[in-house]
Amino acid sequence: MVGFAGWAMPMQYGSIIDEHLATRSTAGIIDISHMGRLRFEGPGAAVFLAELLTRRVADMELGQIRYSLVTNDRGGILDDVLVGYYRNEHGQPFYVVVVNASNRQKIVDWVKAHLPPERAEKPGHEVVFSDLSALWAMFAIQGPRSIDILQPLIDIDLRSMRYYRGGLVQILHPAAQRQGGIISRTGYTGEDGFELSLGSDIALGVWEAILQLGKPFGLAPTGLGARDTLRLEAGMPLYGHELSEEIDPFQAGLGFACHLRGYDFPGRDALVQLEKGPHRDVRVGLELPGRRPAREGYSICKDGQPVGRVTSGTFSPTLQKPIAMGYVRPDLAATGTTLCVDIRGHLEEARVVELPFYRRNNKGASK
Amino acid sequence: VTPDKLLYAKTHEWVSVEAGPAGEKIATVGLSDFALKALTDLVYMDLPQIGRQVKAGEPFGEIESVKAVSDIYSPVDGQIVAANADIAQNLQHLSEDPYGDGWLVKIRVSDSAGLAKLMDFEAYQKQCAEEGEH
Repeated sequence: MVGFAGWAMPMQYGSIIDEHLATRSTAGIIDISHMGRLRFEGPGAAVFLAELLTRRVADMELGQIRYSLVTNDRGGILDDVLVGYYRNEHGQPFYVVVVNASNRQKIVDWVKAHLPPERAEKPGHEVVFSDLSALWAMFAIQGPRSIDILQPLIDIDLRSMRYYRGGLVQILHPAAQRQGGIISRTGYTGEDGFELSLGSDIALGVWEAILQLGKPFGLAPTGLGARDTLRLEAGMPLYGHELSEEIDPFQAGLGFACHLRGYDFPGRDALVQLEKGPHRDVRVGLELPGRRPAREGYSICKDGQPVGRVTSGTFSPTLQKPIAMGYVRPDLAATGTTLCVDIRGHLEEARVVELPFYRRNNKGASK
Repeated sequence: VTPDKLLYAKTHEWVSVEAGPAGEKIATVGLSDFALKALTDLVYMDLPQIGRQVKAGEPFGEIESVKAVSDIYSPVDGQIVAANADIAQNLQHLSEDPYGDGWLVKIRVSDSAGLAKLMDFEAYQKQCAEEGEH
């Protein structure tokens, strides 16, 4: 067990490599209850979020989910989030914004700073904000067989749910005590899969029910260690590593998540300027021909001169070689560029490669 | 060799001492089963060159798992006289026989008094039980 953002979390249940490969070949289940979940309701919620997030949300369809960023006034990344747009059992629409555990308090404070009572209570434009993080647990069930494992538990046809879609469902198991949850076809592993939010009071029983259903398929309880190697192979950035308040979305390759010509949001003017350049260090993928992983904080060099820094690195269980992400000068970021990484005093060759390192063959569901 | 007959360093290396051809003490050194179970998922190991002088408590090598890199510390003062290149190339076998084929280096001991600072099996098991609780 390891400490993370105030949570005690399993680094691994057994072997990180076994858990990683189970997720790639069949399925893994990861307890991600540490993730922050913030709910926004009321007639003013859509415009409020549009004026907080970098990505357009006002045009989202019910059941749609989008990846977005929250930026500060300088355009630095405060967090990367998923926004989902749902309708509750009474027919009222609401948004759920899933934030990183390590940023939850910061984002809650940011929301409150931008939502003074006169705005939250403005007649006809009310915004009701609540932090559900402690009330809800969350599981990620990821891998090609995740749909077969989960379908018997869920009252809607999961096959017809598209990627980055979700909705409120009933959980069909006595352990769920007739409670529902929110399921979405999303994940952080590069595999097809689902994320399920449910009441923390029923979470343990439902976790065990899913493990039982998954047994014939080889479902593996999967820890933070494999979650990190899976997301790294999938080329996905992790806040606190690839993303920080000192990094802007264009450096991180996340320009697609910024709509600069719609609503005004904190950081928009700064991002308009940053997009024009000159460009700062950019995020790249690196592959090393040896067996020694390049790890976070190691220096990236060219001709003996430091030109960047590794932000995440590991030994890829799927590709059987060391992979890393880091930031380098834009002129050294082209695919195929040969660089070096200083591995505790040994200069090891590293080649810039395209991200992601791993892409699944079968997309599972159409986008 | 069985684990209960070995000596142990705080940093989880085991030591087996035998007499060499000239009557000198040769220490065979490896990593304990407890350490290997904690590391898991090994991907790389760096062992010292033969002839290198080593000091008790100072690192002579590195072992890397998927999640982290760890130093391997010399339990004694002396000189490296052999290193197990086979096991470094076949790390998947290291945990199968950590006290036999999984030995890492042999050290010609230059200061026998240092051996007295190592733990016996019972004391080492106690340390592991305490670490396991955290």
